[in-house]
Amino acid sequence: MTGAAGGPEARARRIRDRLGLVFEESRPGRRGVDPIPLDVPPAPPEAEPEILRERVEGLPELSEPEVVRHFTRLSRLNYSIDRGLYPLGSCTMKYNPKVHEWAARLPGFARVHPYSPDALAQGCLDLLAGLESLLATITGMDAVTLQPAAGAHGELTGILLIRACLEARGDARKVILVPDSAHGTNPATASFSGYAVEEIPSDARGCVDLDALRRRAAVGDVAAMMATNPNTLGVFEEDIAEVARVLHENGAMLYMDGANMNAMIGITRPGDAGVDVMHLNLHKTFSTPHGGGGPGAGAVAVKRHLEPFLPVPRVSGAPGARRLGYDRPQAIGRVRSFYGNFGMLVRAYAYIRSLGAEGLRESGLTAILNANYVRRRLEGVLHLPYSSPSYHEVVFSDRDLEAQTGIKTLDLAKRLMDYGFHPPTVYFPLIVHGALMIEPTETESREELDAFVEAVRAIVEEARTDPDLVRSAPHTTPVRRLDETGAARKPKLRFRP
Amino acid sequence: MVPKNFRYTKEHEWVAVEGGTGTVGITDFAQQQLGDIVYVELPEVGRSVIAGETLGTIESVKAVSEIYSPVGGTVSEVNGALADSPEKLNHDPHGSAWICRLTLSDPAEAGGLLDAAAYEALIGK
Amino acid sequence: MMRYLPHGPEDRRAMLEALGLERPEDLLATIPEALRLRSALDLPPALSEAELQEHLSALAMRNASTGCYRSFLGAGAYDHFVPSAVDHLISRTEFYSSYTPYQPEISQGTLQTIFEFQSMICMLTELDVANASLYDGATATVEALLMAQRAHGRDRVAMAATLHPEYLETARTYFRNLGLAIDVVPHAADGRVDEKALAAAVGSRTAGVAVQSPNVFGVIERLDRVAEAAHGAGAAAVAVVAEPYSLGILRGPGGLGCDVCVGEAQGFGNPLSFGGPYLGFMAAREKYVRQMPGRIVGETTDAEGRRGFVLTLSTREQHIRRAKATSNICTNQGLCMTAATIHLSLLGREGLREVARANAAKASYAISRLTSVRGVRRAFSGPVFNEFALELPGPASDALEALRARGILGGVGLARWFPEAERRILVAVTERTRREDVDAYAAALEEVLR
Repeated sequence: MTGAAGGPEARARRIRDRLGLVFEESRPGRRGVDPIPLDVPPAPPEAEPEILRERVEGLPELSEPEVVRHFTRLSRLNYSIDRGLYPLGSCTMKYNPKVHEWAARLPGFARVHPYSPDALAQGCLDLLAGLESLLATITGMDAVTLQPAAGAHGELTGILLIRACLEARGDARKVILVPDSAHGTNPATASFSGYAVEEIPSDARGCVDLDALRRRAAVGDVAAMMATNPNTLGVFEEDIAEVARVLHENGAMLYMDGANMNAMIGITRPGDAGVDVMHLNLHKTFSTPHGGGGPGAGAVAVKRHLEPFLPVPRVSGAPGARRLGYDRPQAIGRVRSFYGNFGMLVRAYAYIRSLGAEGLRESGLTAILNANYVRRRLEGVLHLPYSSPSYHEVVFSDRDLEAQTGIKTLDLAKRLMDYGFHPPTVYFPLIVHGALMIEPTETESREELDAFVEAVRAIVEEARTDPDLVRSAPHTTPVRRLDETGAARKPKLRFRP
Repeated sequence: MVPKNFRYTKEHEWVAVEGGTGTVGITDFAQQQLGDIVYVELPEVGRSVIAGETLGTIESVKAVSEIYSPVGGTVSEVNGALADSPEKLNHDPHGSAWICRLTLSDPAEAGGLLDAAAYEALIGK
Repeated sequence: MMRYLPHGPEDRRAMLEALGLERPEDLLATIPEALRLRSALDLPPALSEAELQEHLSALAMRNASTGCYRSFLGAGAYDHFVPSAVDHLISRTEFYSSYTPYQPEISQGTLQTIFEFQSMICMLTELDVANASLYDGATATVEALLMAQRAHGRDRVAMAATLHPEYLETARTYFRNLGLAIDVVPHAADGRVDEKALAAAVGSRTAGVAVQSPNVFGVIERLDRVAEAAHGAGAAAVAVVAEPYSLGILRGPGGLGCDVCVGEAQGFGNPLSFGGPYLGFMAAREKYVRQMPGRIVGETTDAEGRRGFVLTLSTREQHIRRAKATSNICTNQGLCMTAATIHLSLLGREGLREVARANAAKASYAISRLTSVRGVRRAFSGPVFNEFALELPGPASDALEALRARGILGGVGLARWFPEAERRILVAVTERTRREDVDAYAAALEEVLR
């Protein structure tokens, strides 16, 4: 603990933690880049004076070493996957191989302009075609587009494909169904595609309630259901093939949210279960780095009947004569500029080529093994709301802990930081009160998992013996609990001099 | 304890009728469920609503809740103080933190809502 | 392929034993037999790291990097110089391998960076608030107009025909199902939006007016007049910026009366990378903040009174408001945003000004050299920044191909998007373009057109 305000400890901390906003560290006249020697005659800007400005006021003035130090200090305030377990359920925080970073920075990838003639981008186009084919094989689907920039963007693309296909059949229909355990992006995507959204309840296993689905689908206005498999409880939808059959019988389609594909890879294929369209989060299953919130990449895989509607452009042609094709009369159009988050696609391609079929299956199985190992070692310590077998992640709740000690999920999560761990996903899925969703992934060692289990057990013990210690956690982080209420009541969203 | 002279909805709004005017708010129970309130979206003056229609929204840091009109009418006044100080809803939901006033289409309509005893039974007091 | 998987045989055995199982496959009991893969996926064999490096190097070598050709390609993707420090810093694992900053106590690095980014975007655009990024310029344009639709409750938008055509196409894809109709506004002979046509297109049903500056022909628009036209009809004026360095010379769209500014900030810190990942951004006037899509970071204090940053106003977003969210966006372009913030910090107040002016000077030189080639003229008289359209005496595709044979990527043929423009090309320069590149281009063009 720190000393009283103004005491020696507080002073030491104040000096040690000195880090202003980049604007506060700015000093007039310093510069982080040298002036550009101009090899052409200077020329005044062409536009009318009233729409010109001299300079952008407020931008900082710092030397290169100061900028490097500023951002290095900032970086040290972040947790990262290379520091320890990052068990965010549904996020698949696995190790990001270093060779991927090397690959994406090769000048032959990083410095290729998107409007380079096709003949001068054959390597890029080959990689795109290759990755499409790898992902089609892995998912058991017929065709893939790599354009979507993230998972939610993939969802939107997928639902627009369904809409276009149904419209071509003469009836776009009105409703998208989502399970009550769905990610928030699913209902948001459905309404962003012009559909109404309705929830289908989960049954006692945590799976889609088939009877409810049958009743709803029979009405005839359902365009599709969006389902995550394994779902957000980490439970495999045992009836997934039946879900697909019910939907198809009623003229609807099955969209699979592939956020949890890490549990299926090399083990089972969505395409074989009757899925019509799905997205893959390449930044989850295929190990492209999360970047503090992106960039992601959200490949979309479809069955043959949706292929004509895939967004433009499409890569076509044989190796050596690849080209980007735009002449696709039934396509939904464009979903973004250019062709996708190519730099992320390079990394995902490198990942699949490194692992091969055996390595991917081994990864999937190990992810499931790790989650179940954590589950077994924490059963009885935390309440397990659904006893169905877990796959890549397990969901606990704070029910018993709160009843016995008053300590809630949020407190436990914050206290984990003092033990050097990133907390799991908390308060999701919404159908579990006080949920703690743990996804360790396959790249964690037994020792790391054991240490995490030990930390959770220790905190549960503290909840009994010293609840205030837990309730006031974290104690060892760069900042303590932050006033989120104050931030939302009086938003301060930018620096002002 | 909830005010005896108000009428209540199952969605935790209250209405106090005085002549042709109804004052609308949310209950103390509702503000407790929401936690720290950070933002209130108020209806526009002059808007006509029917019972059950959305008047606005109330937000905490991690939740959004709609305010349903307990009765039908035209919005005659809104409590502008809530725009700047939404936390008033946490402190005085039955009093100074009323949401809006309606010119009632049918002053008798509120009679169909829960009375104080029925509402207290609903929230388990 | 085991190098990414820590368990040895003993670990596996012990863990299975703890679970009371024989084989990991026993964990798959609830997957119906019929759905289980019976054979290995039909994928190419795994590569060692050494083999992978060779394979990827070979693929990369089959592409022409802008370092191998004299490149004059632009049109929404610009080859600006990025100091080494940027890539060095974003390669720090704490930036590139961390998640969205849901736990602020251990994410202050990302959160403060976003706050600094939001502040810089506000300075560049002369607007009040900015978000933490969107996917790219195209989707940012879409999101801006959907925001205008929500805020103004109207069912049409006016979009300049001179927006980047891919932005316009993306808007068509999105709006088709949302009851939002697009009125496309043509350009005048000088390449600027036709002000009469704009006035005619904007009416009481118009939620927003989107105009790009510099536009797809490189021509700088009069955003002040666009804003007036939009406001006259009670619509939001949305400025779109596809080349953010232009803001080093031009007034921020907010200062010219626009309500929203969105665009593509790739050129700040991010490589061309065959079109992505790039960096969509959005800034707006204060009154739109609760209608904005995407993450927003705000300043607050911790339990000991220290300054800290958190994700805020989250009730707008899909994880809380679900079907009624302002957008379905979840993941944004975090690391690209970090690169941009670092690059802008290095450029700073003077650096951005100088780079922007260097771009303008190179463009001026390139225009004068290239239009001195016989038969070549500027396609539009409107003022430009670092990109301009030329009209050639014959088909542009033939000329571009002949230039390519001479080691020059001479620009983007405008027939790609505008069938009637088969003799027109779009030429971009940056501060990286050397005088000798321009001279070589002019000489080659002379030859090619002879």
